[in-house]
Amino acid sequence: MDSLTNYLFVSVVLFALGLYGVITRRNGVAVLMGVELILNSANINFLAFARFGGMNMAGHVFALFVIVLAAAEAAVALAIIINIFNNFHTINVDDVSELKQ
Amino acid sequence: MAEFTFWIVVGITLGSAFMVVQSKNLVYSAYALLFSFIGVTGLYVFLWADFIAVVQVVVYVGGILILIIFGIMLTNKITSVNISHASVQKKMGAVAVLGMAFLLGYMVISTPWVTLANVEPAETTAAIGRLLMMDYLLPFEVASLLLLGALIGATTLSRKED
Repeated sequence: MDSLTNYLFVSVVLFALGLYGVITRRNGVAVLMGVELILNSANINFLAFARFGGMNMAGHVFALFVIVLAAAEAAVALAIIINIFNNFHTINVDDVSELKQ
Repeated sequence: MAEFTFWIVVGITLGSAFMVVQSKNLVYSAYALLFSFIGVTGLYVFLWADFIAVVQVVVYVGGILILIIFGIMLTNKITSVNISHASVQKKMGAVAVLGMAFLLGYMVISTPWVTLANVEPAETTAAIGRLLMMDYLLPFEVASLLLLGALIGATTLSRKED
């Protein structure tokens, strides 16, 4: 529990799972879920280096900014996905490869 | 005891994250994502980041997850019971991701990390507030502008044209 590498390994596995979701999922919302997992793994790294390394409170501030960016990204991405659904009647990202209908 | 709790939290986090990426039902994925976020919150508490843990619960569980569930509901017909979604290229994806995970794991093992003997800070919220208002004032303001832009952009994008 009190070792940096434990947290780094948890972060690596979470990142790998998120990347797997982004690669294999074809539903736009599910791809977004994978991105959220990746952002969470990055945040674990920041806070682990703040706890064990010399980053101290700056790591906490950086994690806060990552959360802000994740919120903005989720809002805009879902607006785009709903727009795609209204225009193409699907959110399979493989079917949405044309710039115009 | 703390050690045991830590591994329980890690198990919840990673097990739910696995459910998120492999579940056939999109709604199950969303609920598994909820438990994964809560597990990550527990990890933040272990890392002495109490303020960030509360922000994680409020923003991720209370905000982003609700948005995602709204997204699922708005992009599927309400009457369709089966909200499923297929995964493609599972084997190729698994091989690529496993290879990358092994590389990253090897990097974690082989790097001689320097760990300092930090002591638990008496207060985190006050220190974060002080840093935000002094050292990181410009990024703080830029983040507020970004949130404003995202707010306006999201409403403009999802609004019906008339």
